[in-house]
Amino acid sequence: MTELTPAKSVAGKVVAAVANNVYESAIEAKKNGEKIAWISSNFPQEIPTAFGLHCVYPESQAAAISAKGAGQTMCEHAENELGLSNDICAYARISQAYADLGKCPNGEREMPLPDLVLCCNNICDCMFKWYENLARTLNIPIVMIDVPFNNKFDVDDKRIKYIRGQFDQAIKQLEGILGQKFDEKKFEEVCKISSQVGEEWLKATKYLNYKPAPYKGFDLFNHMAVATMARGQKESLEAFKEFNAECEQFIKEHKSTFKGDEKHRIMFEGIACWPYLGVTYKTLKNMGVNVTSCVYGPSFAFTYKNLDEMAAAYASMPNATNLERATQLREELCQEGKVDGGLVHINRSCKMWSSFMPEMARRISRDLDIPVVMFDGDQSDPRNFSEEQYVTRVQGLVEIMDSNAKKGE
Amino acid sequence: MFYLGMDVGSTATKCIVVDGSGTIVGKGLARGGAGTKAPAAAEAEALAQAQVSESEIETICATGYGRHLFDQANMEKSELSCHAKGASRLFPGVRTVIDIGGQDAKVLRLGVGGSLENFAMNDKCAAGTGRFLDVMAGVFGCDVSELSDYDRQSDHSVSISSTCTVFAESEVISKLASGESIYDVAAGVHDSVVDRTAGLANRLGIVPPVAMTGGVALNDALRERLEKKIGYPIQTSELAQFNGAFGAAIYALEA
Repeated sequence: MTELTPAKSVAGKVVAAVANNVYESAIEAKKNGEKIAWISSNFPQEIPTAFGLHCVYPESQAAAISAKGAGQTMCEHAENELGLSNDICAYARISQAYADLGKCPNGEREMPLPDLVLCCNNICDCMFKWYENLARTLNIPIVMIDVPFNNKFDVDDKRIKYIRGQFDQAIKQLEGILGQKFDEKKFEEVCKISSQVGEEWLKATKYLNYKPAPYKGFDLFNHMAVATMARGQKESLEAFKEFNAECEQFIKEHKSTFKGDEKHRIMFEGIACWPYLGVTYKTLKNMGVNVTSCVYGPSFAFTYKNLDEMAAAYASMPNATNLERATQLREELCQEGKVDGGLVHINRSCKMWSSFMPEMARRISRDLDIPVVMFDGDQSDPRNFSEEQYVTRVQGLVEIMDSNAKKGE
Repeated sequence: MFYLGMDVGSTATKCIVVDGSGTIVGKGLARGGAGTKAPAAAEAEALAQAQVSESEIETICATGYGRHLFDQANMEKSELSCHAKGASRLFPGVRTVIDIGGQDAKVLRLGVGGSLENFAMNDKCAAGTGRFLDVMAGVFGCDVSELSDYDRQSDHSVSISSTCTVFAESEVISKLASGESIYDVAAGVHDSVVDRTAGLANRLGIVPPVAMTGGVALNDALRERLEKKIGYPIQTSELAQFNGAFGAAIYALEA
């Protein structure tokens, strides 16, 4: 147990400013008559970025809206006014509500309405219908890239060819929609920056492997917005470099943004419960638990130089891989993060991936001999979470980790 | 000196007083949980039975969903650890504890020394909990304590396929309306809880010996069905409902 000097992150604010600027510059661009795309988080953004197209991210927007307390209002609008089932992903419901209303209830996270939508399902299959519905209701074009769930461990050539063919088709489509030629040189430059941003982002996540860690793992949930939304931008590269330099400094000076003793380190699996970010974080913090392992690092860190390599990278998204590969990835992250246990979010909005969780949790617990517990919640719909049930499960997890630590002394 | 464990649950509050050797000297139970008069009533009953005054209580440990709201407590522990602690005393050597309470169902794995090693809990759903049985008893027009007798008069179990409590309630009503005997439907209700509980237990992995705690453990017919389903004998105790409070009292003693 080592207590570090509490520190405030300046670089974290620089990273947040880059994320904020994505929205602000898109709002400005829309005012100037430029085209805006709504894009799914793991669409190969290097392609639209090479076209100079302004892209904003409905998933990140929905996360921000729900973190700021308007998730329920937006979900209820989608259910009551648009007739969507509350079984549909809350991000999708919030997004459809925003497309209908064109604004948030209290300005939580505004962004311009789209002129086209860019959809890739490598992170979630709900994307298809979500984006098709956006395209239909707003009467705008859709560019779709299908990355089928990979039930094999590796990505084979057939799969790469299938995805690569769609990249070529997407480029042709965008040339038609935007009325401009695809600039391959620009594309290569963007890929280079994107790969560098990916590397710096991954490096940032790896600082959590230090024991004790120089920052609280929940910070990643916020910083991830830049890795998601601005992978191809130089500003992101500079911001992550600054963040990483700050981490180095904190390590040297024995500082951390995690306040108090880092008694235990855990893996957090699943999307954050944005409406209850404070409660979920403070419950852990008050029991001396830091999150030092989560899959967000490799989820948004891609390295590639050309379209074929890019196809392979986007087909290897953690959510598009089979149980064995997904489990192996998390077990490696758990070992690197030196965790004592795991906390898994059974996310009502993410049924497909949540259905993996009980077996994945069982395997991780068995293979690494650590307790892994699950709690029910939702990434954005606050009606699907019980604070008391969460606290009870976390307390149980901590008591087991305490007991294990005593045995190890 | 004496030590008090208070389990402020969702539907009932249980209180146990132990002496310096961990022997139970008083117990109290009151309907109602946090925010009601139940904690004070349960405590008063336990103290009266133990013939102990409040000033003679050295330490109070609170557990259960209302543990944060019991101001007199000197310490609190999760109900998971308290159930593990209580069960390790009530059933020495036990490795798996199945607890079905009013609001949740949980399966605990205990280490050889009785410490909590791992657990699985029901998801955010009343199916498979005491609440499910309360609702069904309401449909049958009986008290939940009578369900065991109803089951024993059954010829065959009528399958209740719905897992949702509200859907299952409708299904039970329609089975009764179609002429099925109330006893056979009661057996089906028990099987529904048993299937769900066995699924939870199998997810964690069952290591014998097995014990059952919580109010539902007193339902003999259901417990016997669960024994058949999981293939292991299940120990229980008349103190099953007090297990969490007992564990809390032992934590208070050990503090």
